Amino acid sequence: MELLKEGAIAPAFCLPSIPGQKVCLSEFRGKNVILAFYPADWSSVCGDELAVFNEILPVFKTHNAELLGISVDNTWCHLAFQQSRKFLFQLLSDFEPKGYVARQYGAYDERRGVCSRALFLIDGQGIIRWSYLSPLGVNPGADGILNALELLNANQATKKKEDKAA
Amino acid sequence: MTNETKLRVPISRADHSQGSPDAPLILLEYGDYECSYCGKAYRVIRHLQQTLKNDLRFVFRNFPLASLHPNAMVAAQAAESAGLQGQFWEMHDILYRNQDSLDLDSLTNYATILDLDLTKFLEGMERSEVEEKIRQDIYGGARSGVNGTPNFFVNGSRFDDDWSYESLLSFLNDLRSQPSRKAPKKKAA
Repeated sequence: MELLKEGAIAPAFCLPSIPGQKVCLSEFRGKNVILAFYPADWSSVCGDELAVFNEILPVFKTHNAELLGISVDNTWCHLAFQQSRKFLFQLLSDFEPKGYVARQYGAYDERRGVCSRALFLIDGQGIIRWSYLSPLGVNPGADGILNALELLNANQATKKKEDKAA
Repeated sequence: MTNETKLRVPISRADHSQGSPDAPLILLEYGDYECSYCGKAYRVIRHLQQTLKNDLRFVFRNFPLASLHPNAMVAAQAAESAGLQGQFWEMHDILYRNQDSLDLDSLTNYATILDLDLTKFLEGMERSEVEEKIRQDIYGGARSGVNGTPNFFVNGSRFDDDWSYESLLSFLNDLRSQPSRKAPKKKAA
């Protein structure tokens, strides 16, 4: 399945974050959500990708955006990874059924059995506003997301103005 | 990403820079004091500076990845604070030569070695303008597509190729003789 594109409704999900706790996309209504699918905890490229995002987190917050990392690793693995790297955002476990959520977003690598390295920006109404699939082994950095967030906020500001005028 | 390979934040007076402002070659690094690859890059850059002399200007911007390197942020603050007393590069050198010892005690020790005003140094590390400068470096880097450290820009274009001394020297030498040449793009790994 192809990566879901701009304009598509973001498939709903509830996934475990830390053992015993679930996070649902619907909790973030009214907020922008950045989904970062990645192949695996601990591998160096992912580490760098999430490490860069972790540094940019305050900027994401100013854009009213919440970052969620998703891989097929289980919750205990996520917990150890998160504590080791001191990430200030949540990692979700698409572990059982394996890759179920990633498949719905077209962000599952069937051959390798892991999530692709894919990014989505979902707006407060649950609509995908931007998506990007990185080539394997290439760390996408944060520039694409920052561009998409700026564009989204500019569009929302214009819309607000129009609504006011109407 | 999205093939953005240009430096989005132009070099300004706020930047730390070595070498002639009129140098035909400008090498800019986004670096982290605790990252071991940056330590290797430090030695490469020193070597390039000795070879290329006045033809090379070097600019350093902070890109501490605190989640990977617990002391990277305090080290960056130490360098910036030393900079407030006119000794950024002196501190920069000490930090890259002592990457295994970047805790606060060690940083204070380095400030003493550099004969900095210790009270001002420690106060400077906490100053909001220092923190803001580092944040701006990180944000500007992210906007220019920096996705790890070290990341290099040569004359404003991203340099993603092998940054060994030989490779960088040969690229810089070629650029000096044909200024229109573009930085090579990295092949997907």
